[in-house]
Amino acid sequence: MSAPPEVPLLRVENLTKHFPVTDGFFVKREVGRVRAVDDVSFHVGQGETLGLVGESGCGKSTTGRLVLRLIEPTSGKVEIEGRDFLSSTPAEMRELRKGMQIVFQDPYSSLNPRMTVEEIILEPLYVQGARPGPDMARRARKLLETVGLSPNHVIRYPHEFSGGQRQRIGIARALAPQPRFIVCDEAVSALDVSVQAQIVNLLQDLQEEFRLSYLFIAHDLAVVKHISDRVAVMYLGKIVEQADKASLYASPRHPYTQALLASIPVPNPRLRRPRARLTGDVPSAMAPPAGCRFNTRCPHATDLCRTQEPPAIEAAPGHVAACHHVASIPAVSPLAPQL
Amino acid sequence: MAAQPLLSVRNLRTVFGTMQGEVTAVDDVSFDVAPGEVLGIVGESGSGKSVTALSIMGLLPQPPGRVAGGEILFEGRDLLKLPRSELRRMRGSAIGMIFQEPMTSLNPVFSIGDQITETIRVHERIGAAAARTRGIEMLEKVGIPSPQRRIDDFPHQLSGGMRQRVMIAMALSCSPRLLLADEPTTALDVTIQAQILDLLRDLQREMGMAIVVITHNMGVIAEFADRVAVMYAGRIAEEGPVGRIFDAPTHPYTAGLLASTPDLVGEVPRLRTIPGTLPSLYELPPGCRFAPRCDRRVEACESGRPATQEIEPGHFAACIRAREGASA
Repeated sequence: MSAPPEVPLLRVENLTKHFPVTDGFFVKREVGRVRAVDDVSFHVGQGETLGLVGESGCGKSTTGRLVLRLIEPTSGKVEIEGRDFLSSTPAEMRELRKGMQIVFQDPYSSLNPRMTVEEIILEPLYVQGARPGPDMARRARKLLETVGLSPNHVIRYPHEFSGGQRQRIGIARALAPQPRFIVCDEAVSALDVSVQAQIVNLLQDLQEEFRLSYLFIAHDLAVVKHISDRVAVMYLGKIVEQADKASLYASPRHPYTQALLASIPVPNPRLRRPRARLTGDVPSAMAPPAGCRFNTRCPHATDLCRTQEPPAIEAAPGHVAACHHVASIPAVSPLAPQL
Repeated sequence: MAAQPLLSVRNLRTVFGTMQGEVTAVDDVSFDVAPGEVLGIVGESGSGKSVTALSIMGLLPQPPGRVAGGEILFEGRDLLKLPRSELRRMRGSAIGMIFQEPMTSLNPVFSIGDQITETIRVHERIGAAAARTRGIEMLEKVGIPSPQRRIDDFPHQLSGGMRQRVMIAMALSCSPRLLLADEPTTALDVTIQAQILDLLRDLQREMGMAIVVITHNMGVIAEFADRVAVMYAGRIAEEGPVGRIFDAPTHPYTAGLLASTPDLVGEVPRLRTIPGTLPSLYELPPGCRFAPRCDRRVEACESGRPATQEIEPGHFAACIRAREGASA
């Protein structure tokens, strides 16, 4: 991958997480490993949004959690503004974490129903040692206003709000410690389109106002295209393709990305396309195929793909695809109208 | 509309009794489905689209749900007036249904063969061996590899996409003339969703059945439906041929819904939004239910329910300003 010019806000190198699978009731023994995230590298620049897309089970959410050390990686490296995050002491980690927050998918289960909105929003600050007081109360009201809710809602409880409003509360909570970096883990996926658009716009406004960087994890390629600067596509624990968004959507190079784009139903009846479909299902992450992990479903697979893992090849400046046949596969966007 | 619609829903009203009184989830909804046609019903959560489907199937949880008025004519017979035994006979044979959750709509303790042959044998006088043969044929038809072996699998041995294929095989095993598909691909990943939509399209053409597909996804509607009805807060806001609805939406809600859907092809710096949220069924606005969120609202919108007008042949909108053309 090409070296970014400045020190990126977040740099992830060879990040790997294997979950052990155990058997036995009294004596646990390991019978296998789920290779959820396997040797993943990327960076997120200052004020930048990196979209991380993939289907269920590809490891995108695990990657988001690993980056924040909500789960401990098996190996690899995570740097925040050049500082090593994984080998930091608990005190250093708390310090670094102030700058890193997460917004979850489900606005129903991610807010404690027995806490008021004010308690929810201020909890991250109390965890980090702040003391309750009138200053804090003012801050909660200010945060609610920032995310487009009435400041008077501080005394209410989560059940009094709609899904979109709850997601705004979740965002206010993430903003409370004044972070530089926010992981949005399917943050708009559970919302209806008209509300989803409101939250997407809010995230973009906040990014501009506070110069935030986002790792935007989602399965919806249209939303990711709209909000991201660069996009990484994951399949079975690996990043298969990574590029700036214009390049990725206009000329996808990896067969998986091409198939993914071809599969999305486009809201335009005139673009009904005859398409090559992926056949079969995603293989198990406990026993991923040898060689390229996509080879079992890939229309271009050869013997080489079944035996050797493809290296990340730079197909164009800043556009990297992990495929042996990048050079020979035409970079046609499946989104172009075919009438 | 064709001479005799296959399904004709007339002024359907479905209510739910709650602790805070009765709410109307579906309010005076009418539409027709011609034989062999695909009608899409699109709407956001709480728009009443699933309750409409459950009302048609007679599967409303009763109580608290109740069909309070209207007619549901299937081939001219009112399903609401049929005795339960007769309705049961029709469900699964003349009318099939598939649901959103392929994980929970199959019984985990029976093999898929048991479940599919049960469906067939409830509706047809046919021996166990013949039913099994038909089951294997159906599994093959929906693209399950090695169906002779797979028929003895249990649901947990199948992936989500495979389970949805089994659901489709069950729903189609008695060659229904109408299939109700409630969010059939919502729980699936995009590559699997594409497979299932293709499969439904192929089977629909082959068997000549009509489909009512209920979804929140405008993309699924655009690729799959012939006609579309857009629901909002229990009523149909706009209905028409799919091409016209996407090209020239006349109801401001339809236009807003299309504009707030992020586009894969074009590039906009900022998404258009519809301000506010869906009204609560407990405090519905008196006039047009979309009025409080509508950017084209005039005083008359708040005084009474807007009449449904025919904008062009087969294209209807419930908006008093529909004829002025959409702002999108």
